[in-house]
Amino acid sequence: MAERPEDLNLPNAVITRIIKEALPDGVNVSKEARRAISQAASVFVLYATSCANNFAMKAKRKTLNAGDVLAAMEEMEFERFLEPLRDALEVYKKDQRGRKEVSEQKRRDKERKADSENDKSREEEEEEEEEEQQRMEEEPEEEAEEEEDDN
Amino acid sequence: SENKTEAKAISLPISRVRLIMKSSPDVSSINQDALFLTTKATELFVQHLALTSFNNRSQTEANTLNYSDLAKTAEESDTFHFLTDILPKKILAQDYLKSLEQMQDEDSDF
Repeated sequence: MAERPEDLNLPNAVITRIIKEALPDGVNVSKEARRAISQAASVFVLYATSCANNFAMKAKRKTLNAGDVLAAMEEMEFERFLEPLRDALEVYKKDQRGRKEVSEQKRRDKERKADSENDKSREEEEEEEEEEQQRMEEEPEEEAEEEEDDN
Repeated sequence: SENKTEAKAISLPISRVRLIMKSSPDVSSINQDALFLTTKATELFVQHLALTSFNNRSQTEANTLNYSDLAKTAEESDTFHFLTDILPKKILAQDYLKSLEQMQDEDSDF
């Protein structure tokens, strides 16, 4: 997948919002400053990734994990990020577990429903077959009974 | 607790951050938690850079964060020093030409 230059940029609207929330009320931010901060953020991601990857490689792992990223922050002298990052990760993981449980429960409910419908329709088929038999034994001019739909 | 609710919400798209991370050489795969942490760290970084630059601005009476404030911070701060290449200080063309002339004058003295 070819990467166009703009793909490595972060969305301007979100960056602007984060900047505004960090600054005191009423402070303006020049367009040039906004663009520069956005570029700086992309560079930050690259720098953090490279740094975290070094830790992973040292541990002979091919997958970057949370510990690598936290170690990178310390290495880059952003220790002040460590506590908020750990807190955020805790909430994130709880949220992910919750979502996983909800989707698994939904899947189980779906299977249960499908099973009970299979049983029901099998019963209906057997009833239909019995009635067919009866009708064939009776006079052919009789109209077929209308069956009610249970659903 | 309320602090934790704020802590968890991230605004930057994880998919975009992942794209940037994958463009780094030697990176094979990134686990979900690492992806989340990098995204969150980037948001913290944006806040930190913006506020630090604003607090260090040379025009203290100004109520605007300007590019020059960012360049100043990159040059003067250790933690933001890695940004000096992409946040170079700007000089006026006339000042640059003047300093060029000065250098030429010095050369001609030999």
